[in-house]
Amino acid sequence: MTDVLNIGLSALILGLAVWTIVAREAYAAVVGFIAYGLLLTLVWVQLHGIDVALTEAAIGGGLTGALLIGAAARLRGSETTARTERPGTATRWLAAGVSCAVAVALAICVLALPEPAPTLAPEVLANIAVTEVGNPITAVLLAFRAMDTLLEAIVLLFALIGVWSLAPDRAWGGRPGLLQSAGPNGMLAFAARALSPIGVVTGMYVFWIGADHPGGKFQGATILAAMWLLVMMAGLADAPPISRRWLRWLLVAGPLAFIAVGVLGAITAGAFLSYPQGNAKTLILVIEFALMPTLTLVLGLMLLGAPRRGESP
Amino acid sequence: MQLWTVVAVGAGAFFFFAGTVGLLRFPDSFTRLHALTKADNLGLGLVVLGLLPQVDSVSAGLKLVCIWLLVQLSGATAGQLIARTLRRGESRS
Repeated sequence: MTDVLNIGLSALILGLAVWTIVAREAYAAVVGFIAYGLLLTLVWVQLHGIDVALTEAAIGGGLTGALLIGAAARLRGSETTARTERPGTATRWLAAGVSCAVAVALAICVLALPEPAPTLAPEVLANIAVTEVGNPITAVLLAFRAMDTLLEAIVLLFALIGVWSLAPDRAWGGRPGLLQSAGPNGMLAFAARALSPIGVVTGMYVFWIGADHPGGKFQGATILAAMWLLVMMAGLADAPPISRRWLRWLLVAGPLAFIAVGVLGAITAGAFLSYPQGNAKTLILVIEFALMPTLTLVLGLMLLGAPRRGESP
Repeated sequence: MQLWTVVAVGAGAFFFFAGTVGLLRFPDSFTRLHALTKADNLGLGLVVLGLLPQVDSVSAGLKLVCIWLLVQLSGATAGQLIARTLRRGESRS
């Protein structure tokens, strides 16, 4: 029974992937991509990768999908002209051939792995007690490979700076996004009022539970950012001008705290980002709590886009 | 209990199926929306009702009910928003 479900799921995903590529309209392709992300979430659940499934649903399907919908809406005007510049048949077949060759090469590599596949999982489980967290994924992300997570947080910040740099000169330092004029008694305002408390609780829960169960700051921050965007879309609150000092401090607070903990480790434990004996859990919590507002703001502001209005609302 | 689950989830799946057929076959966006929201609320509600006897703990059952309520809320909101956008588009053209 499960096999039938798995085969059906795989076939559906492959079909949807092909459809996303051949779809002529950008908007249709984006819708296909979002559905593809949600189906991929089910695959990760089937593979018992609940952490990855949560991330895929929140960031792969939800956040990236919303970003792509915005991009497709902006491109709609120029889409017909872009279609006339389509590359020739030969170029497209060549691209398809190269993509298929890469996919086949990857498949061969995966199938040629020795059985059982080389893994560091036993070593992680053997050393997890030192970090005092219960979820091995969190232990890897914030203790054994903390450097990767630090660089990830910094890359997100750079991405936001890249988005902001697209602002026209007169709007620099202003508020991102369009002014929402939805009435305070509208349907969306009701949904925002009803959903945002639930969403905030869920987001904090996912964040806090990440120490011992699937979850964590990235997934939690995405939920919080979604609630923030919902409130702004309903016209209940306006986006802050990007020139505000508190906003900029919050944006760099997470990575700065992370680096500070890293330097502390270099002084007390002998290596950058290593935690002194017995204090690992506390320091991991400090990093998580500092990163949470930063990630929420970065993800929300990235979806809002470049500043388009002045400072006054 | 097993029989109840099979019947309720089967009925839920039927509503999803009917809703999908409606989505594909109905002539205009309003009726399509109608088909979709009914399928969501009823179909998912029946699936949740069917799964309730299978859960191990009260909190898991509560989570299932919460999921149904949240989907209803978001479905109703999205349906209203789409319908309003459609009406505005019609009055403009």
